[in-house]
Formats: sequence, structure tokens, C-alpha cells
Amino acid sequence: MQWETVIGLEVHTQLTTQSKIFSGASIAFGAAPNTQACQVDLALPGVLPVLNKGAVERAIKFGLAIGARLNRTNVFARKNYFYPDLPKGYQISQFELPIVEGGSIDIQVGEGDKAETKTIRLTRAHLEEDAGKSLHEDFHGMTGIDLNRAGTPLLEIVSEPDMRSAKEAVAYAKALHTLVTWIGTCDGNMQEGSFRVDANVSVRPVGQKEFGTRREIKNLNSFRFLEQAINYEVRWQIEQIEDGHKIQQATVLFDPDTGETRMMRSKEDAHDYRYFPDPDLLPVKLDEAWIDQVRAGLPELPGAMRERFQRDYGLTAYDAASLTSQREMARFFMDTVALAGDGQAKTVANWLQGEVSASLNRAEKDVSAIPITPGQLAGLVKRIADGTLSNKLAKQVFEAMWNEGGEPDAIIEAKGLKQMSDSGEIERIIDEVMAANAKSVEEFRSGKEKAFNALVGQVMKASRGKANPAQVNDLLRAKLNGGA
Amino acid sequence: MSLSLQDVERIAQLARIRVTESEAAGYRDQLNGIFGLIAEMQAVDTAGVEPMSHAQDLAQRLRPDTVTEPDRRSAFQAVAPQVEDGLYLVPKVIE
Repeated sequence: MQWETVIGLEVHTQLTTQSKIFSGASIAFGAAPNTQACQVDLALPGVLPVLNKGAVERAIKFGLAIGARLNRTNVFARKNYFYPDLPKGYQISQFELPIVEGGSIDIQVGEGDKAETKTIRLTRAHLEEDAGKSLHEDFHGMTGIDLNRAGTPLLEIVSEPDMRSAKEAVAYAKALHTLVTWIGTCDGNMQEGSFRVDANVSVRPVGQKEFGTRREIKNLNSFRFLEQAINYEVRWQIEQIEDGHKIQQATVLFDPDTGETRMMRSKEDAHDYRYFPDPDLLPVKLDEAWIDQVRAGLPELPGAMRERFQRDYGLTAYDAASLTSQREMARFFMDTVALAGDGQAKTVANWLQGEVSASLNRAEKDVSAIPITPGQLAGLVKRIADGTLSNKLAKQVFEAMWNEGGEPDAIIEAKGLKQMSDSGEIERIIDEVMAANAKSVEEFRSGKEKAFNALVGQVMKASRGKANPAQVNDLLRAKLNGGA
Repeated sequence: MSLSLQDVERIAQLARIRVTESEAAGYRDQLNGIFGLIAEMQAVDTAGVEPMSHAQDLAQRLRPDTVTEPDRRSAFQAVAPQVEDGLYLVPKVIE
């Protein structure tokens, strides 16, 4: 039987505020345990939550960026469950009237230039507070509780079950990651838990309308784990059904060490959260002036920028998507093109996706830590365009620029990397090479085209890589054919 | 709507309240009394009335996003039953 996978994602994005969603405690990462947990976060008797305007503003920003409906009146509700890292006995979340409903995000499906656009619909996005952290080890049979994270503002973003493979789920998660970091509502740091993914996965026979029973994989904190976990889960579900078992609704955890998912709780143990509107918080009203103000502050979004790069600079869809996967990268590209000229856009794109990305990867660094400036890269690209540098020499200049700093022209001068374009000089080298390689000359003249490349190689070597390759080709061919 | 003894036990379990069998019957009757009141209220025609999520017809006040709370861990932990390395200790839980 042919099976179809159905996936929906719930992503918890930590918002980039200074303080918590309902208290004035800091949310800075890495503080000593419980030093950022105030009386509201500890749920001491008599405290009341006061909503952080910055958190609401970020939710509005996100809603506008995905073309969603913003609920002008939205309501906080209590989600009741008992756990020691949730001192109130309930999490303040949104249930019936979330701040954001609907909207969509486009993803690229398929490889390279054959990629197609697919639209993933969003169900909703709601504001809520994070819980604290439980540490189960090393406390002689007790559990240690750190409430620094309790009350940290989250925007939980829920998609429709629109994805049909692990690859699509990863593409959506990445597009969402790009968007929230682009508009600055979330720092996207997955190691620190700022962007956590839950995946709802089910399978059904191809052609069946109804969804299969889903299992939810909790707390995936890397794109690689997301893909591995879904692929494992899909195989497991298909095997179960083909062996005659029924899938039971359940919550599962992914173990990165074994690459398997395992059951955390079944439907019978599923929480009954008994949501109800929180009487401590009034309905939140969004006025039009505020929404307009947030809209005015939105940057050009990655989707719009991608289309503009294709239209204005003639970049391929693949290049444009790759350059707009991070806002710093897109900005670096635009700044460099502004200095190098629109005609150099493709060359700049190639350098950014080639040498620059490779060097960043090698150094395990992010675009924000790029050690060269758009001015330096533009200078380099200009020297390629005017023939001063061959691609090979340009790479040497680039490496020097990256490792030691300095302007390209100064590096070219200091290291003597200028491309040799003086035809007299090149001819002299060609004559020497032809004299020393009579056999290759002979072979070429008797029809062996391969011998030509060998001679070009010798000339380049004799010029220490500096001869202009196009000129070498022309002059060498002329000399060989001329019989001189 | 009327609750069974099992419903009462389930609610007590969710609320982590220990209820004896004899108490459960009492709670069932009291809760059913409340449901009776609700049923009476539901007879009122509310067509065209927007549901309220709060008893007061006001909007939530918003606080500027600034850190205003200092670290008062030692004061808070002075009244905690057990602490270690800055953590609050509780009986072991693992899900």
C-alpha cells in the first residue's frame, strides 16, 4: 500500500523582550538559578500578573508578517495542570480567542532550481508564559527547580496539517525561523531553547480523505532532529498498521542517541487542562493606531525581497531564496551590490554563497560575525570585473582579506597578485613553454586537443598563476596554429 | 446535566484533592445543585448578547517592557522548605 504522511507543527518561539510576560523580572539567558524569579513568577499569594506591552507588540508584528487576522479583542485563559516547575498550578495561555488567527507562510519544496513554492496555512498564534525548569539529577532523590524561565513570554505558532514529508516540515520550520528572526520577534537560538518544535504526525493510505490517528513528537530543538524524528515516526506508524495494529493517539519523545521516538503518555493519561478565562487578566484590546504603527515598523519581508532579487538582479529562485534565508546575509548582499554595481549582483551572490558561506561554516560562525565588510567584497568583485584578478587570484586575495584584513587593492599590491595581462610578457612565457614542451606541441598539431590543456597548465604555472587565462588561451592557440 | 460519582472522583483527581466515598456523594449533590442553577440561567434568551470573558467591561492595562524586579532569591528561599545550589528542592518527579 502507498502511504501519505501528514504533518502539522507547533512551534514555541521565545519573544525578544527584556522582561517577562507578566512580571518585571529579567529573561536574560544563563543567570544563576532563581535569581530572575520574582514573587509573580513564584506565584506567592496575593500577586497579580500585569501584561508586558512588548510581548503583545511582537505578536502583532508576527501576525502582520504572515497576513493573519489580529483579534482586536483577545483573551488569556488558565491551562490547569500540576507540575513543580509551574508554581501556580496553571499556565497562563490563550485558548478561545488567541491574538493571531490564520495567515500563511510560503516554503520552497524540491531541490535547487527545480524548487517550487508551497503555501503552508497557519491556524493560530497565541501568547503564553513558559514554565520553569526541573533538574532531576544530583539532588539525592529530590528534584531541583529553577524558575528563571517561568513567565518568559512565548508565542506558540500552530500550523495546519499541510506538510506531506519530513523535508517539507523542515522547510516550513526553517522558513518560520527565518521570518521570526528577520522581524526580530525571536532570536531563534535553538540551543538555548528559543525556538522549540512539536510535530504532529500521522499517516493515511494515499487517496484517503480522513486523517489517520496522530502522535505528537515533543520538544525537537534542531532541524536535523525534526527530520530524523518524523522519518522514524512515519516508518514506525506504517509498520504498526501493516502489522495489523491501530495507532493510538499519544505524546512521544525523540531520543537523539537512538534516533527513535518513545511514548511519553497515552491518550488515557492525556491532560485535561480545564481551560477557562483568567479572572486576573482583562481582555486585551488592540487599537488600530497601534497596529498601524507596528505595521509601519515592519522591514521588507524575506518573501518580497526574494522576488525583488529575482526581478531586479536577475538572480535564480535558488540564489534569491538562499540570500534571503537570513536578514544579515540579505543586507550584506544589498550593501555589496550597492557598492559594486547592479551588474555585479550575480558575482556577489556567488561569492556570498561560495567562499563566504564556506569560510563561515569552517569557522562555525554566523553571518553576523562575518570578518569582512561589504566594501571589501565589492572591491574584490570590481577587480575581477576589470580583469585585474582571475578567479584563482581572487580567492587568494579573499583569503588574505578574511584572515588578515585589509583592502583588496592593498593586498593585490603587497602580495603581487595582479593578473598578468601584458601580452608581450605572456607571449614570452608561451615561447619558453613551447620550446620546453616540444612533444606536447607536436601532439596538438597532430590533432590531440588534450595537449592544449597541458600547455595552458604549463604557461599558468610558469606565470605563477598570474597570467590572464583567457589571454593565454587566445595567444597560445594563435601561436600553435600559426606554426611559429 | 447531572454528575455521577465517577465524575466527582475524576474532578477531585484532576484537582489533586483527596475525597472519601462519603464526601464524594455530598460533593456530587452540591455540584448538581450548581448545575441546576446554570440550567435555570440557560433558559434566559441571550440572542444578540456578546459573550463576556470577564465580569468587568474594561481592557487589560499594559506594562512597559522594562526589568523592574531585582534579585531577591535569598529572601524568597529563606521561607522555602528545602533549597540547594539556588534551586528549590521538591520530591522527585519525572515524567
